[in-house]
Amino acid sequence: MRPYRAIASARFRLLLQYRAAAWAGIATQLFWGLIRTMVFEAFYRSSRAPQPMSLSETITYIWLGQALLAIVMLGVESEVRDTVRSGAVAYDLCRPVDLYSVLLIRNLAYRGATTALRAGPQLVLAACFLGLRLPPSPAALLAFGLATVMALLLASAWANLLTALLFFTVAGDGVVRLGTVLPWLLSGIVIPLPLLPDWWQAVAGWQPFAGLADLPFRLWIGHLPPAAVGQVLVFQAAWLLGFVLLGRLLLARGLRRLVVLGG
Amino acid sequence: MPQIRVEDLRKTFDIAVRQPGLWGAVRGLLHRQVRHVQALDGVSFNLATGELVGYIGPNGAGKSTTVKVLAGILVPDSGVCEVLGRVPWNQRAAHVAQIGVVFGQRSQLWWDLPVVESFELLRDIYRLAPAPYRQTCDELIGRLDLAALLDVPVRQLSLGQRMRCELAASLLHRPAILFLDEPTIGLDAVSKLAVRDFVRQLNREHGVTVILTTHDMDDIEALCSRIMVIGSGRILSDGSLAALRAKVSGERRLIVDLEIPDLAVSDPEAAVVQVDGRRVELRFDPARTPAAALIGRLAARYPIHDLFVEHPPIEELIARLYEQQR
Repeated sequence: MRPYRAIASARFRLLLQYRAAAWAGIATQLFWGLIRTMVFEAFYRSSRAPQPMSLSETITYIWLGQALLAIVMLGVESEVRDTVRSGAVAYDLCRPVDLYSVLLIRNLAYRGATTALRAGPQLVLAACFLGLRLPPSPAALLAFGLATVMALLLASAWANLLTALLFFTVAGDGVVRLGTVLPWLLSGIVIPLPLLPDWWQAVAGWQPFAGLADLPFRLWIGHLPPAAVGQVLVFQAAWLLGFVLLGRLLLARGLRRLVVLGG
Repeated sequence: MPQIRVEDLRKTFDIAVRQPGLWGAVRGLLHRQVRHVQALDGVSFNLATGELVGYIGPNGAGKSTTVKVLAGILVPDSGVCEVLGRVPWNQRAAHVAQIGVVFGQRSQLWWDLPVVESFELLRDIYRLAPAPYRQTCDELIGRLDLAALLDVPVRQLSLGQRMRCELAASLLHRPAILFLDEPTIGLDAVSKLAVRDFVRQLNREHGVTVILTTHDMDDIEALCSRIMVIGSGRILSDGSLAALRAKVSGERRLIVDLEIPDLAVSDPEAAVVQVDGRRVELRFDPARTPAAALIGRLAARYPIHDLFVEHPPIEELIARLYEQQR
């Protein structure tokens, strides 16, 4: 474990230095959050039909989404992309470590550090001034915490799948961009998944990206009872396993056809 | 038993070829044309412990491919490769703990971190115990003169400074074999000399086997007791510099400084290569006319101020070797 711990801690320490970027990010996300809450408020006022979530639940869901955006939206670090594109990954292959694990650690540290910097201030601001409601019980908060940690792992494993795909393309920007649109659309970050039409619900509940945002958020607001956390974790773990296996397979194949040019 | 044994190594790369133009791009979507590049076409050699071998060849000859196979990064199509009794790509983790690599055109240091943090990260990655790490690290810092650089972020280092740090980084785990892929590329004269001195010392005093790929013939001449020349995926020549010279041509150069500029110098047994003011360079074959006889004839006919005999530059030898093979 020692090499992986060292890599994680080095990345984490480095990324925590980007405080100005974090404040800019927080400002942007607050601004968008305000617009989105206003849109949903207008939508709730104009409709008499009963909704699957109350307005205040939806507003809380939106602020959670803004605060934890980094988990869903970060692609693959540009440094890792460059490593694969330029062939500097050859160095990583000359180390007595498992490349998949190293990449997973890096993706995890990237998301973890960015979220750690941005989530706290945003949650405090939103709770004090912007209508974010606290979880109904300590159990709900704990359930949310566990599911969020798992969401972080799941998102990193997805990013690792994208990283493995980089070994098959010359320039990886397209892959990474497409690979971040999917979770953005399907995690509930754009429209809370419970508000999607009925015919969508069957699919929306089973696709992996629900585990990134929707399920943890619903544990926070109490839309799912704390007792459901077991089910949520199993759901996330199952997809996590799938992503890891597929990612490892792709990476192994990618490395076999690797052409490190130059020199 | 040799430390590195390579027998009949073969590797082909399939490279997708795109037709030019828009139509070509569209056709490429439907039907990919693939070009086969034979990077290694039956490469064989043995290396003993403590050798310092220069591995040279033009771009695309298969140098880097060989190094990457030896380092366990690439899997060859066929052939035998054993390094310290292991097959690199099968026992990768155990294998890479015994080798060090420097790819001159890339960096293994973390760009944003101070040098010392990259070293400490490598210490953890190689799972080195604190005491031996401290000892190795201090020794490298002393010999490569790194003390002043340790706290500088890598991105602020000059290329020469960075290369010294790269060398140290590749040796922290005390590898038995060091692969240097163009370690002096882009360096100034002073840094080149520093790198060469260090590599020579490492090889002589610590018995580290060094495989040096380079385009810099001065590196080769200064360091290597053995030279392997590769072209189109095959070893064209393997032996000492003297053996390479004997194989390609025994030709020598006579450089004459005359008292008077622009004299038309000629001799029946030698050819003028170039004239530059008072300096005339002649090419001759010592088997046909001994140097002393040639000098005697010239001295009798022309006013000579100074002269010396030398081997043709190694670049020319290599270029001629390629021509012979074609």
